[in-house]
Amino acid sequence: MSEDVLVIAEHLQGSFTDATFEALAIARALASQTGGSVEAAVVGANAEAMAAALGGADRILAVVDGTAAFDPTGHSGICADLVSSRSPKIVLVPYTSVGMDVASHIAIGNDLPLVSYCQSIDAESDLTATCQLYAGKIEADVTVEGDRAVFALLSGAGQAEAGRSGGVGEVEVLSEAAGAPGTTFIELSEPEGGDVDITTEEVLVVVGRGIESEDNIEEAQELAEALGGAVAASRPIIDQGWLAKSRQVGKSGLTVTPKVYLALGVSGAPEHIEGMRDSSTIIAVNTDPQAPIFGVAHHGWVGDIFDLLPELTDLLDN
Amino acid sequence: MDIVVLLRAVPDPAEELELNEDETDLDRDFLGYVLNEFDDHALEEAILLKEEAGGTVTVLAIGNADEVPQMLHTAIAKGADTAIQLGDDLPALDSHAQAELFAGALASLSYDAVFCGVQATDEIDGQVGMLLSARLGLPHVSVVVGANPNDSGLRATKEYWGGITADYQVSLPAVLGIQAARQAPRYVAVSRIRQAQESGALNEVDATPPAPSSRVRIDAVRIPDTGEGAAMIDGDESAAAERILEIIRGAGVSV
Repeated sequence: MSEDVLVIAEHLQGSFTDATFEALAIARALASQTGGSVEAAVVGANAEAMAAALGGADRILAVVDGTAAFDPTGHSGICADLVSSRSPKIVLVPYTSVGMDVASHIAIGNDLPLVSYCQSIDAESDLTATCQLYAGKIEADVTVEGDRAVFALLSGAGQAEAGRSGGVGEVEVLSEAAGAPGTTFIELSEPEGGDVDITTEEVLVVVGRGIESEDNIEEAQELAEALGGAVAASRPIIDQGWLAKSRQVGKSGLTVTPKVYLALGVSGAPEHIEGMRDSSTIIAVNTDPQAPIFGVAHHGWVGDIFDLLPELTDLLDN
Repeated sequence: MDIVVLLRAVPDPAEELELNEDETDLDRDFLGYVLNEFDDHALEEAILLKEEAGGTVTVLAIGNADEVPQMLHTAIAKGADTAIQLGDDLPALDSHAQAELFAGALASLSYDAVFCGVQATDEIDGQVGMLLSARLGLPHVSVVVGANPNDSGLRATKEYWGGITADYQVSLPAVLGIQAARQAPRYVAVSRIRQAQESGALNEVDATPPAPSSRVRIDAVRIPDTGEGAAMIDGDESAAAERILEIIRGAGVSV
């Protein structure tokens, strides 16, 4: 085992994600505790050319693979093998679409413990982490039994800017890696444009599960119009088919930064918060005083959105 | 195509959560459980595939909550062919233990694909679906928003972010972590659930909780102080509406 911290870099369409740089920032802090160095692994046809962007690592392991795009099965196998040959103390995986495929396979393939939903990690003595459970309603402090582990990081756990800075890492090119067969990339699809671009709206009225039915969205729509903004939603509403995908805020949707973000019945799961936490003014309304949205909001009211909506609309009408 | 769908009972996200006495877990005594919402999507996608291309849908759940039989009967009413409950009155299990139990049950089933919700809110030691695919050495795609069978297996659409998706050809058998079905999970009339209940379609098999293997020890849990960020508005809806409008105007929006 080395004392190193290995980051699995995530990329799409030729660029690394913010989550990758957040992981590099956390890796740097952990490496200073373990006394090891920071390694980053990038897998793909263009891995060598892309490696230069990972200057936040001391060493970049560029695994040149046949496909430029992510291959869920093949790349998981490659990453598991890489961890096996490098034997780092700590593996960090951004818990995004790529990490969700890779993390378990690295852990099981190397018989390592896996800790998910991590918001902070410490390696001063034992390996410990604080994790968010139950969609952010519970925080858990955990200790890993053993001296090595894989940690899957929630978005926002580290500072992407800190992970971006850094010099020029040494690049080690590993070619002809063979991942496990089973999945083959076919094509990438861009989202269809919606009628409204929620990333440019100054005011967003955002509905969550608390809106209860498709018919009730109209009331939120009217309020949004009166405020000169647009209606957006959290994932459950989009999955129900009540609003178009182009209206989705969060991890699998869009990141927005409006002047005013009025969240109605949005609980505030980490995946949602990821897409809206940098909004200038966040106002949250929810019947549940424990709703994690209140942790990120600037202003909050505990109450029923169906009591509030007519009051707001009346005030605006007058 | 024969599909096995893993269904998990999770604490109702709408309920207020309380901690146990030594603050290492939820107080589960009076906790209500519901079907993990992503598993509901996994079930929907499996039933859609069955309707389009034939085959069977088998639902598999661990008996760790009183709500599990009802959950399985609902799946039958929606269109699943077979329902299997693993054990009864089992404690809450971590992801590694769940994956082990599911893997054991799958050994005696024949299937082309296993569908599982992409995640659950309590998976502190990894996602059950992907842990299972790693244990079984099967091809896998996580964060799937649509699957279509073809001559060489199935074509799965994986979601990245900002609505970008990628399509993959998947050899079978495989494990898919479903984020969303192509359509919202269907509703089913209570009368049909009752019918499923009376038909005795639920198979219960014995299961013993596996020895803990995750090596992730929970030292303490707490309810985060969510109010620390927000200045809370007092008063009724009328006072709240006035204050919210004032805040909106203060943020530079002219209304």
